[in-house]
Amino acid sequence: MNAVRVGWLYLKIGVLNELQYRVNFFVQLLQSLIQIGTGLVMLSLVYSHTDELHGWKQPELLSLLGVQVLLGGVIHAFIQPNMERLMQDVQEGTLDYALTKPADSQVLVSVRTVRIWQVVEIVSGFILLFVGLAGVDKSVGFVDAIAFGCALVIGAVLVYCFWLIMTTGAFWIVRMEHVLELFEGIYRTGQWPIGVYPGWLRYSVTFLVPVAFAVTVPAQAVTSRLQWQTLLISFVFGCVLFVVARWFWRFGLRHYAGASA
Amino acid sequence: MSVDAARLPEAGRWRSLFDFYVTTMRTAVAAQLQYRVAQYFYMIGMVAEPVVYLVVWTTIAEEQGGAVNGITVGEFAAYYIVWTLVRNMNIVFGAPFWEFRIREGRLAGDLLKPMTMLHYDLAYFAGWKFVVVAMWIPIAIGLSAVFHPTLDPTALQIGVFICAIWGAYLIRTMFQGIVGMLNFWTTRGAAVFDLYMATEMLLSGRLVPLQLMPGWVQTLADFLPFKWTFGYPIESLVGDMSTRSLLLGLVAQLLWIGIGLAGYRLAWKFAIKRFTAVGG
Repeated sequence: MNAVRVGWLYLKIGVLNELQYRVNFFVQLLQSLIQIGTGLVMLSLVYSHTDELHGWKQPELLSLLGVQVLLGGVIHAFIQPNMERLMQDVQEGTLDYALTKPADSQVLVSVRTVRIWQVVEIVSGFILLFVGLAGVDKSVGFVDAIAFGCALVIGAVLVYCFWLIMTTGAFWIVRMEHVLELFEGIYRTGQWPIGVYPGWLRYSVTFLVPVAFAVTVPAQAVTSRLQWQTLLISFVFGCVLFVVARWFWRFGLRHYAGASA
Repeated sequence: MSVDAARLPEAGRWRSLFDFYVTTMRTAVAAQLQYRVAQYFYMIGMVAEPVVYLVVWTTIAEEQGGAVNGITVGEFAAYYIVWTLVRNMNIVFGAPFWEFRIREGRLAGDLLKPMTMLHYDLAYFAGWKFVVVAMWIPIAIGLSAVFHPTLDPTALQIGVFICAIWGAYLIRTMFQGIVGMLNFWTTRGAAVFDLYMATEMLLSGRLVPLQLMPGWVQTLADFLPFKWTFGYPIESLVGDMSTRSLLLGLVAQLLWIGIGLAGYRLAWKFAIKRFTAVGG
C-alpha cells in the first residue's frame, strides 16, 4: 500500500513538473502525427499489393497499429524515462540518492519520472484503434473489451519487466543506453501480426522480448481472435516475469557498490 | 569558427590532415571496441527494422506467387540484407545530438580545436565504421542463411557500391549537420528532426524499395538527397543497373556532397553567431 502511495505522489510531482513545459504538448502532437503518418503510409503500401496479410484485413491491421502506438505511449510516458534515468544514475553514481530513501528501491526507480505529454501518443493510439475497429465486420463485445483491457495491462507489465531486467544489467555493463535502440527496433515487430514472422523470430518476440504478448494479444482480443488459453498464458508469463525481474533487481543491487560519496 | 593555427605549406597541410584522419579513426576503433555489448545491442535493434520489412514483403510476395512488382523473395532478401550494411555506413553525428553538444557545453571546448568540427565528426564516425562493419559480418551471414538472398554482383557493381556507401556517409553527415544546427535557434527541434527522418524513410528506399512507391514519389525522390544515401547504394549492388546508371549515380552523389557541404558551411556561418558558451 505504501508503494502505491509513493508511486502516486511521484506521479503527481512528475506531472506538475512536465506541465510547466506546455509547448512540449505541440511538439509531441507533431511527433505523434509523423509517427502515425509513416505507419499509415506503410499500411497503404502493403495493402496496395494484397487484400490480406496472413489473414488480417486492413482495418484489423489498423487496430493492431493503434494498439502498438497506444502501448508505445504508455512505455514512453511511464516506463522508458524511469529506466533511462536509472541507467544514467548508475553511470554517474547518483543512484545512491534513491537507494538511501526509506522506501522500496524498485518502486522508487520505477516511478520517479513521467513524461506526461506522451499521453498524446496514447490518445492517438486509441483513435487509430477505434477507426480500425469501425471497419471490422464483427462488433466488439463486452467480453472482448474486458479481455482487451486485461491483455493491455499484462502487456504493459511484461514490457516493464523486460525493461527492468535489461536496465539492471547496467550494474555490470555500464554503457546500457543502446538498450533503447534494441527495444525500439524490436518493438517495431509489433506493428505486424506475429504470425507473419518465421518461427525463431516469433518465439524471440514472444518470450525474449514480449512484444507479441504486449501488442498482438490485445489486438487479437478486440478483433475477436483471442483464445482464452492465450490470455491465461499471457497472465502466467506476466507473473513469472515479474518475479524474475524483482529477483534480478535485488540480485543486481547486491552487486552494486555505488560510485558516488 | 575555430582557433587560428600557424599556416603550414600546402603539402604539409594535406599530410597533417591525413595524419589527423588516420589517428582519429584509430582512436575511434580503439574506443568503440571497448563497448562490444553496447554495439551489438545497437546493431540488433537496427537490424530488427529491415527484418520486419523483409518478412512482410516476403509474405506478400509468397501470397502473390513469388514476386511483388517484379521483385522476387530472394531479391527482397538481398535488398534488406544489404540495407543493414548501408544503414551501418549511414551512422553519422545525427541531428538530435547537436542539442546534446550545445546543452552539455561540449561545443565550447570543440571550438578551441584548430580545425573545423566537421573534420572531427567525419573522422571519428569513419573510424567507427570499421568496428560496426566487422561486427555486422556475422549478422549478415546469419540473415543470409535464414533468408537466402539472390545476390550476384559484377566487379563493377562491387566497386561502385564501395564508393557509393562512402558517398552516402558524406551526404548524410552534411544534411544531418544542417538540420542539427537548428538547435542553435531552438531546443525544441525534435518534431523537425522527426519530420526529416520520416521524409528520409519514405523517399530514400529505407522503408521499401523505391520501385514499390507510386511513380510521382519516385520522381520526387530523384530530385532530393535521400535516395542517394539508401536506395542508390543498395541498388548499385543488388539491382540490375546499367553501367551508365551506376556511374551517373556516383556523379549525383558528388553533386549532393557539394550541395550538402555548401549548405553546411552556410548554416554554420549563421549558426555560430547565435552561440553563447555553456560550460567550457
